[in-house]
Amino acid sequence: MNEIIKPSVEKVIVTENLTKKFGHFTAVDHISFEVKRGEIFGFLGANGAGKTTAMRMLCGLSKPTSGNGTVAGFDILKQSEMVKKNIGYMSQKFSLYDDLKVWENIELFGGIYGMTDSEIKLKTDELMAKLNFENERNSLVKSLPLGFKQKLAFSVSIFHTPKVVFLDEPTGGVDPITRRKFWELIYEAAASGITVFVTTHYMDEAEYCNRVSIMVDGRIEALDSPANLKEQYNARNMDGVFQQLARKAKRIDA
Amino acid sequence: MILLLMPVIQIILFGFAMSTEVKNTKVVVLANQADEVTRQLIERIDASQYFEIAVIAHNSGDVDNAFRDGTAKLAIIFENGFSKKLTHEGKAHIQLIADATDPNAATSFVFYAGNIINSYQQELMPVQSAAGLIQPEVKMLYNPQMISAYNFVPGVLGMIMLLICAMMTSIAIVREKEMGTMEILLVSPMKPIYTMLSKIAPYFVLSVINFATIMLLSVYVLHVPVAGSFISLVLVSLLYIFVSLALGLLISTITSTQLAAMFISGMGLMLPVMLLSGMIFPIENMPGILRFISNFVPARWYIDAVKTIMIKGLSITEVGTDVAVLSVMAVLLVIASVKKFKVRLE
Repeated sequence: MNEIIKPSVEKVIVTENLTKKFGHFTAVDHISFEVKRGEIFGFLGANGAGKTTAMRMLCGLSKPTSGNGTVAGFDILKQSEMVKKNIGYMSQKFSLYDDLKVWENIELFGGIYGMTDSEIKLKTDELMAKLNFENERNSLVKSLPLGFKQKLAFSVSIFHTPKVVFLDEPTGGVDPITRRKFWELIYEAAASGITVFVTTHYMDEAEYCNRVSIMVDGRIEALDSPANLKEQYNARNMDGVFQQLARKAKRIDA
Repeated sequence: MILLLMPVIQIILFGFAMSTEVKNTKVVVLANQADEVTRQLIERIDASQYFEIAVIAHNSGDVDNAFRDGTAKLAIIFENGFSKKLTHEGKAHIQLIADATDPNAATSFVFYAGNIINSYQQELMPVQSAAGLIQPEVKMLYNPQMISAYNFVPGVLGMIMLLICAMMTSIAIVREKEMGTMEILLVSPMKPIYTMLSKIAPYFVLSVINFATIMLLSVYVLHVPVAGSFISLVLVSLLYIFVSLALGLLISTITSTQLAAMFISGMGLMLPVMLLSGMIFPIENMPGILRFISNFVPARWYIDAVKTIMIKGLSITEVGTDVAVLSVMAVLLVIASVKKFKVRLE
């Protein structure tokens, strides 16, 4: 728990004027922010506000038009291979191999990230015990309920103990109780020192984050802890904050 | 749009390309002593819509070469002193040699050539009963028993390999895109090129097994011998597999759903391969535009190379053009798909 209390020690994500243009369209417009180690950083914005583009740049999937940034201490422009080694990623589509068994998925991704066989075996046992998945170990992933799959996908994305994990709308389509359980896993990961960068549509989830940024039309309009934001915008909850900011958007839903 | 164009394209294809009839087949002629009779007969053959004199040979070596490099499909050889024998002895021999790697076509060539010769000799000596004066002697080169497998084995080889490699690869990769796993793989430290290679590997192995199966079946069950060098055949086939895999990669980078990938590789590959590769319908008979398009069908070059090596029994040096074209295709396809792949990442 110490790690959360002194998060200012290390800046895990730093961006300076990060910009992405597609032709004349500026998807991400000079965004600058910092995320500290062990922090749960919420990345909010309406559809088309530029969240996914920003996240793809941070993951090394897309090259910024201008500006720069570092993730886990590595330059996203020049050291994207190193960045990739030190991050985990879970996309909004549920993305494990449906036609592989639970343990096979874990082994595959562990292998891709260069973990040794003994390490994979050990951690798989640990993980199965933690998630109460022992009975499902040999099940095909497609036979699992959605909530299970999402927990598994998240666990796989942090299986190689990355410095940062990027979650792109991880809890789409599940009920609030399952979502709550999912967030327990996120807290646990953050407590172990993994920085969590999460985009979401759900305002109740925004409340769980340490700090939240709200993107409107490619720019960051607000960035603070949920409590401070609510006070600043004089809103009862994050939904109120979001409504006030999102109303300014000129872009129509992309 | 596609639905409206489909019938137009198909009717045109089937109307023009899909004819097995003989049209402007290239002929090599060997007449040691040219005289009035042989010249008239040669002109008659050249003037018909079926044939076109491509080479006038001076010795039997020229005839061999014409077959070897594919400049001629039919040879007409007049025996020495042809017209003298015809006038003095009342009969003379003419030899018709057809390239029987495509037995159906060869049969037609010989049939049409025989007809022209008959009609000529009836004009020449209308009074006498003409039969048997000019005695055509037929020889089916490369495939004396007229086994049709000699023709379709290379064709099937060309089609199966292309479909397995291109269709399956493109579908497999697009499937990952649909499932979202491709994104996960791209974010991982694995280089995209390794991701691609590992997706391709199983289909490469599959294709090699398919190749081996087809070879075993054709040699031991259909009794189609590998007349030429087996190593040459394997080398050309590996090159072709590579081209097909690259094609599959390209398709996978330009499509985003399995259905689209299926449609493009189905419609975009299967039809041209079946119709324009020379597998079923001879390319020589096609109108210019289709002949031009057929140049872009990899299977056309591969099937030609396989026929040359397997049936004609020549070595890889004789299929230089095919190998060169396939290599150029491979390079272009790889460059195109790598470019496309990067663009998609942006």
